[in-house]
Amino acid sequence: MNGPRGSQRPDFAAIADWIQPGSRVLDLGCGDGTLLKYLQQTRGVSGYGVEIDDSNVLECVMNGVHVIQSDLERGLADFDDNSFDFVVLSQTLQAMRNTERIVREMLRVGHAGIVTFPNFGYWKNRLHVLSGRMPISANLPFEWFNTPNIHLCTIADFEKFCTERGINIVASTVLTNGKRATLMPGLLGELAVYQFSG
Amino acid sequence: MVADKTQNSTSSVGLVTPQTARFAEPLPLRCGSALRDYELVYETYGTLNASRSNAVLVCHALNASHHVAGYYADDPPNVGWWDNMIGPGKPLDTRRFFVIGVNNIGGCHGSTGPLSINPDTGKMWGGEFPVVTVEDWVDAQSRLADHLGISQFAAVMGGSLGAMQALAWSARYPQRLRHSVVIACAPNLSAQNIAFNEVARQAIITDPDFNNGNYRALNTAPKRGLRVARMVGHITYLSDDEMANKFGRQLKTGKPGYTFDTEFQIESYLRHQGNKFADYFDANTYLRITKVLDYFDPALEYGGDLAKALQSVVAGMLVISFTTDWRFSPERSREIVHALIKNRAPVTYAEIDAPHGHDAFLLDDPRYHKLVAAYFERVHGEIA
Repeated sequence: MNGPRGSQRPDFAAIADWIQPGSRVLDLGCGDGTLLKYLQQTRGVSGYGVEIDDSNVLECVMNGVHVIQSDLERGLADFDDNSFDFVVLSQTLQAMRNTERIVREMLRVGHAGIVTFPNFGYWKNRLHVLSGRMPISANLPFEWFNTPNIHLCTIADFEKFCTERGINIVASTVLTNGKRATLMPGLLGELAVYQFSG
Repeated sequence: MVADKTQNSTSSVGLVTPQTARFAEPLPLRCGSALRDYELVYETYGTLNASRSNAVLVCHALNASHHVAGYYADDPPNVGWWDNMIGPGKPLDTRRFFVIGVNNIGGCHGSTGPLSINPDTGKMWGGEFPVVTVEDWVDAQSRLADHLGISQFAAVMGGSLGAMQALAWSARYPQRLRHSVVIACAPNLSAQNIAFNEVARQAIITDPDFNNGNYRALNTAPKRGLRVARMVGHITYLSDDEMANKFGRQLKTGKPGYTFDTEFQIESYLRHQGNKFADYFDANTYLRITKVLDYFDPALEYGGDLAKALQSVVAGMLVISFTTDWRFSPERSREIVHALIKNRAPVTYAEIDAPHGHDAFLLDDPRYHKLVAAYFERVHGEIA
């Protein structure tokens, strides 16, 4: 929902790094299917994308991705327990109305979940707020009044969310300008990529 | 099923001529009897390629026929029922695909049906023609594929009852199709759907001119019943909103006459559709086709488990529903999708937000047509 669609996004390579060849992948909010297509080509994965938007569904068909048109807010009733190796939610978590429910659903349907989200604690975002304005950037391109991002969080917030719910963080990567940020990721990281299991 | 046959801006397949295939081998039917021999009337558009891999079978719904696209030399206004979908440059592009439309057995457009002669009696079948099923139709169509030398279709496609055939094809002859395009479908009819069909059947059967289905021998036809049956059908093909948009509460003369003449525009529309239909359609065929719908339930012999019923499917599946279709609602298509996902089948599902109800599958909605075009682009890429 956020950031560019149709082009290679920086979080895609980070996600692909974790996905074993031949895995079954469910990509929630798959957009035009770029990530799944990339994973099909580079990892030989199988699976489906889930997308609500008509034009994205059309793009998925053009990209040769199996897509199910559905509203994630309705849950993942079309999918059975433990039927995927990975369930991916890239740059959509912060736009979900029922955040906790979708994370639970990801863990019901898949062995592991992968989310990416813009780190609201990134120093540039903090600077925006300090200067009295809501942040606007490549990862957060909307004004406060028209943003779909209703549940923004920091890296620390997300880790606390997982800990409190007994969700194991398996791996994480933090990116800034498409490069890995290892130093003080909570402050210097722009985009967070987390893998977790139940 | 009620669509205006609006000519698309892209070109038509042009003049078409139906053909007839004769089959001498008996066709066993689900009801237990068999057709000793039979004929299927069909049309084709486009050219079968050298590897015979580009054939697409288009299955018809309730009242339609083999006349899917193009027009007839002696009847130019009679444009095929899916002409906006099929033709050069259209979503199912006849410059690339060899498209086949076939009238099903039990029909009244030339294939063996109640209007044919029963070889055992030498008389018209009439009310004696057996009750057929989707599976019987698909079996007959597979013989037509044999006849045309097509071992595998690039796709089998249909809307509504046509989609049920496309779905049955994918489970019954999994190796004989690469893709199945299932539009505005349901895995079986709901009780409400069967109820509408039963009202339609009762209208026909209780018409004094019905004569146990042997009305032709008496030179009559249960036209009143058929008219009412069609009116009931039409109500279910449109959404409430679409009916409100098209007709609202408009009166033909602008003010109420306090009579039982056709006053409201919707009455006029239904009567017109009913009359038109009663003039060209056979009541015995209508009865049988409503039964074909009612009996369709592939999960039945698998204890109601649709995933098991579709376990054999290997074709790529495109399932499309329309949000305002209350006859075959998106939830019913989702049952099919859910079963296919359970089986890890290659399925794509699109839910088109169209206002027209069940009829949307026949209409020229750009989102819908672009999607079908993109899917056939993919199919073409596989066979090219």
